[in-house]
Amino acid sequence: MSYTLQFGQVWPYLPYLAQGALVSLWLAFLAFLGGMVIGLLGAMGKTFGPPWLQRLIQGYVVFLTNTPQLVQIYFLYFALPDSGVLLSSYQAVLIGMTLNAGAYLTEIQRAGFLSVHREELEAAETLGMSRLQSVRYVILPHIMRVLFPPLSNQYILMTLGSSMAALFGVEELTGRAFNVNAETFRSIEVFSLAAGLYILLTLIASTVLALIGRHLFRARMRIV
Amino acid sequence: MLARMIEEAPAFFGYYNLIFLFQALLGTFLLSAVGCVVGGLAGFGLAVVRRTEGPRLLPARLIALLFIEAFRRIPFLVTLMLTFFVFQFADIDLPLFWVAVVSVCLIASAFIAEIVRSGLDSVHRNQWDTAAAMNMGYLMMLRLVIVPQAWKVILPPAFSFFILFIKDTALASQIGVMELTYAGKVLNNKGFSAGLVFGSILLLYFALSYPLTRLGAWMEARLASSRDRKT
Amino acid sequence: MHHLEIERLSAAYGKQPVLQDVSLGVDKGEIVSLIGPSGSGKSTLLRVLVGLLPPSAGAVKLDGQSIDYKSRPHVKAARDRFAIVFQQYNLFQNMTALGNVTVAPIKVKGRPTREVEAEARALLAKVGLAEKLNAYPDQLSGGQQQRVAIARALALRPEILLLDEVTSALDPELVGEVLDAIRLLAADGMTMFIVSHEMGFVREVSARVAFMADGRVVEVGPPRQIFDRPEEARTREFVSRILRH
Repeated sequence: MSYTLQFGQVWPYLPYLAQGALVSLWLAFLAFLGGMVIGLLGAMGKTFGPPWLQRLIQGYVVFLTNTPQLVQIYFLYFALPDSGVLLSSYQAVLIGMTLNAGAYLTEIQRAGFLSVHREELEAAETLGMSRLQSVRYVILPHIMRVLFPPLSNQYILMTLGSSMAALFGVEELTGRAFNVNAETFRSIEVFSLAAGLYILLTLIASTVLALIGRHLFRARMRIV
Repeated sequence: MLARMIEEAPAFFGYYNLIFLFQALLGTFLLSAVGCVVGGLAGFGLAVVRRTEGPRLLPARLIALLFIEAFRRIPFLVTLMLTFFVFQFADIDLPLFWVAVVSVCLIASAFIAEIVRSGLDSVHRNQWDTAAAMNMGYLMMLRLVIVPQAWKVILPPAFSFFILFIKDTALASQIGVMELTYAGKVLNNKGFSAGLVFGSILLLYFALSYPLTRLGAWMEARLASSRDRKT
Repeated sequence: MHHLEIERLSAAYGKQPVLQDVSLGVDKGEIVSLIGPSGSGKSTLLRVLVGLLPPSAGAVKLDGQSIDYKSRPHVKAARDRFAIVFQQYNLFQNMTALGNVTVAPIKVKGRPTREVEAEARALLAKVGLAEKLNAYPDQLSGGQQQRVAIARALALRPEILLLDEVTSALDPELVGEVLDAIRLLAADGMTMFIVSHEMGFVREVSARVAFMADGRVVEVGPPRQIFDRPEEARTREFVSRILRH
């Protein structure tokens, strides 16, 4: 093999890459928040809304979960300008990730709603709780406990999914790896380092989320 | 945008483009299918290794564990780049499609190893213990008792993974693999309206993924009902 | 010399001790039963004997020879001499009754198929399941499944049969048929180590009964002693509680 590994050239970029990891986390977080809002509205609409709304939301969910996020972003970035909507790379990526997340989060939250059994509400009623009280003491804790694991998992997946932002020039972890690669040409070293950072990142995030889930919400968390 | 899309549609959906898109569709499908089948077999092997007991196989178990935990946490784009550059710097001249397939295999094996592990665990402990107490070796009990029962639990999630991965193959466009997204970029560069191009690409992905999802759901329902024919 | 000798056996799941200093002997052709509350270690003792849980201290001897559970050949040899039937999920779901009974003798012991199948048919007939040879486990009732499991254990030609609460998971009306099958084996002189909650049955077939609690053997003796005149307070407490039902 006519290539010798020279990590020495790449180590100095570690802080630069590590900051990129933070950008990835933040990007995923923003998209997650936006997606949660969409998801909440979508879940409520699908559970309580009129049939036409349910079908519309179902269409949105089905379409966005069966097509690649990358192409969704390509559409936003390259196709919308024809309609006069010009998005920057970051905007296109963020909106694309948000819309994509919204579809998955609609389904997750819908499952959470459906998991509240009528018996729990009836039990709360017989105990003399008012509507507000039963929501606060019975429904919300239950939903948080049921939803926290899949939501955490979705966030981790989104952090990994943020890596495609690199293809649009966004300077998150993978994007910065591309930059370092362009400067040093030590491709294997820099992408290995990036890979290592992603592993570390997701392990830390999973652990933190698992701890929060177990202690705050009594949710059954796994370190995924 | 819509006006331009309608205007270009006839030229876009011309004979050669359709062939081109069909080839790209095939490329996407095969990339995920071949990668997941080969990766799946490797994943099965990893899960079998993971479940061994005894001190002698500890190094193998450790390597399997590290491999699985690592490749489940690296984004596909990064794995793709690593694979690409490893082949490049090793002076191995492999067609880009196969480079991408190798990356898919790496990731698929990690994820499917976990699915298989879950499936093996779903077989009641007494089945394992009875087989062991009868002096069946590990591989023999897997072959005769465990896998014939576990495959029904393994297949649906594994199939789901394959469908899921179809979406990830879009990233292979980055190294120039002839699949749907790459085809989209080519057509876009040729001058067709991006809305038409990427809209069609999205629809093609949907046309591939959604029916398969329904097939997977049907398969899961059938397997679950055959499993639950209880006493 | 006892056929099976358990000397000061201890075992633990990680840090949690489950067997502490257990000593017991079983003679050839003798039936010894283990009774006691849940978690007393009865099932664990059986699992240790077939090498499913390594002992942390003590010895197990067959015909005076100690079994080294750390040595794979020893464990294999020991497993050849025991056969165990669990409470449930015994039968391999992907094989018929006949398949279940014949798989180990053919595939593990390498005996000729024709011979094994003939013996399997005879054994299944013996436990009253001659017409169910080609039935799959999910087509059999719980009692039938357990009887197939017993036939399967017998096909292995064990020296000692270990029965781990084999009727505990069954609907009450199915218990009798399984106990009948076990009675047949008792009449044949099979050495058995039975863990059971069926006190009437235990009293009827056992030569000796051992009462276990908290991983220890509290008292051992003939059924008349354990059930009618227990010497230990703990035994008395347990027996009086179950007899009250």
